[in-house]
Amino acid sequence: MTQISLAPGSMRNAALLERAVKGRSLWDDARRRLFRNRAAVASMIVLGLLVVCALIGPFVTPYAYDEINKNDVWLGPLTGDHLIGSDSLGRDLLARLFTGLGVSLAIGAVATTVSLVIGVAWGATAGYLGGMVDEVMMRIVDVLYSLPYIFFVIILMVTFGSNFILLFIAIGAVEWLTMARIVRGQTLSLKQKEFIEAARAAGLTRRAIIARHIVPNLLGPVVVYVTLTIPGVILAESFLSFLGLGVQPPMASLGTLISNGAQDMELAPWLLIFPSLTMVVTLMCFNFIGDGLRDAIDPKDR
Amino acid sequence: MLSFLARRLIVAIPTLFVVVTVAFFMMRAAPGSPFSSDRKLPPEIEKNIEAKYGMDKPLMVQYVDYVGGVLHGDFGPSLKYRDKSVLDIIAQNYQVSLRIGLAAFVIMVIAGVNLGVIAALRQNGAADITVMSVAIVGICIPSFVTAPLLQLLFGSQLGWLPIGSWGGGAIPNMVMPVIVLATPQIAIISRLTRAGMIEALHSNYVRTARAKGLPEFTIVFKHAIRAAVLPLVSYLGPAFAGLMTGSLVVERIFGLPGLGKFFVNSALQRDYTVVMGMVIFFATLILLLNLLADVLYAVLDPRVRLT
Repeated sequence: MTQISLAPGSMRNAALLERAVKGRSLWDDARRRLFRNRAAVASMIVLGLLVVCALIGPFVTPYAYDEINKNDVWLGPLTGDHLIGSDSLGRDLLARLFTGLGVSLAIGAVATTVSLVIGVAWGATAGYLGGMVDEVMMRIVDVLYSLPYIFFVIILMVTFGSNFILLFIAIGAVEWLTMARIVRGQTLSLKQKEFIEAARAAGLTRRAIIARHIVPNLLGPVVVYVTLTIPGVILAESFLSFLGLGVQPPMASLGTLISNGAQDMELAPWLLIFPSLTMVVTLMCFNFIGDGLRDAIDPKDR
Repeated sequence: MLSFLARRLIVAIPTLFVVVTVAFFMMRAAPGSPFSSDRKLPPEIEKNIEAKYGMDKPLMVQYVDYVGGVLHGDFGPSLKYRDKSVLDIIAQNYQVSLRIGLAAFVIMVIAGVNLGVIAALRQNGAADITVMSVAIVGICIPSFVTAPLLQLLFGSQLGWLPIGSWGGGAIPNMVMPVIVLATPQIAIISRLTRAGMIEALHSNYVRTARAKGLPEFTIVFKHAIRAAVLPLVSYLGPAFAGLMTGSLVVERIFGLPGLGKFFVNSALQRDYTVVMGMVIFFATLILLLNLLADVLYAVLDPRVRLT
């Protein structure tokens, strides 16, 4: 907020006030608050750069991520064409890092979308219909919630072999539970809010109420949770890859790179350090953006 | 309270049932069998072995048999370690996971709560900013990154601590695994405590306590902290269960003979009964811990009524 002194009769204040009342929507407000959060803005810039690296990087590096160079084994950073070194097979770490980052981000995005679609549909249905349907649907969520899911994912990966699609589904199918709970809770409380009642009293159609009043208010927590789900998914994938159950070689993800790096860390610490750093920076960006969004969308919670 | 417990148990039973069913059929859908090995057995012998474990029967019959056995507390023998029952294996390997998990739990609660309280008392001060920045970093560094880095530093470079192995549970062998497990949890707990503490310090009853002229120490540690740690209780139940399962990676990196490592190996070897037993064990543990957290919450906060 800029400093506005409310001295009566001042022309400047009148002009300012007039501009202020020109109607800022909920989202304008939120955006303004978000862009004032330095950590969040910096994170968005860094994350943007990381996404660009993941998208364009693999085409720019002089080597392909799976290209084996027998003469370039175990090169340290800044030797030859290998900007951040090479691994035991002489594969360029930078190329592998870009590819791995892309894979991790893609898994994060896809699995989060899966969880978003299922979670919002399930939660909104349960919350909106209420009663017996709600009870049954949420009990199902309760049951699934208390499953030791990581064990199921492991069994799944072990039994059916690791393939990409299965990995997406397995992780996404777990993450939707929290989303469903959040959406249901929001829908339930929104249904009883005064402004919804006011809208109903003003004669708005049910569709208009949902579109103009329920969805925008639902969207806030959902967006926040999405930004917190993506790093969770990336972590889950890396976790599986670390156990050797995720992405299979020669394909790379941040998890496999860290896992391989950890095996060779005494000989070639850069193989561990660069992927770890990328992972940590990526996760931190998502966390800062998520925190920033939460503060921006729901300033009460600060 | 009683009706609450009853309702929770009503949810718990189908949950366990789903766990057993899904795990059973998922394991059986997997290609391979526990008896396939590098050395090909003659078909007659394989048949005999399968008959011995009742695996020649139709799948549904096996399923009913298994569930019946579980209901009687019989989880069957291990299919790989012929002389051991599933319960033996769990009991043996669980000690390692439990000891590390408990140590990490105690440390994370003590450190997390204290850091959170300090940060809240110096809100927006240097201590607060330091603790919260470190906490953000702590949350974002996954255990499979911290663990190898610690090994590199304290294990191979400085040589202060053993890089891995259990060593019969010697303290030096436990230090790094416990630190790795506890770090992200300390970060989360300190954030939760700080948020709860700040809210409590701004509440009316704390103002009343101040107005009465109570010493600051009493206000903080007798009045404010009680309300501040409430959100923590509901977090700690699942977190404890998470420690048990989260030790999968830690056990693997540090080469500890715990349940997590055993689980992955058993799944790979198609040791059906062991995998099933462990899944049931963990599911029960998680259910009980969640229930405990809810009950504790109601005991600590009289405003919460369990219905």
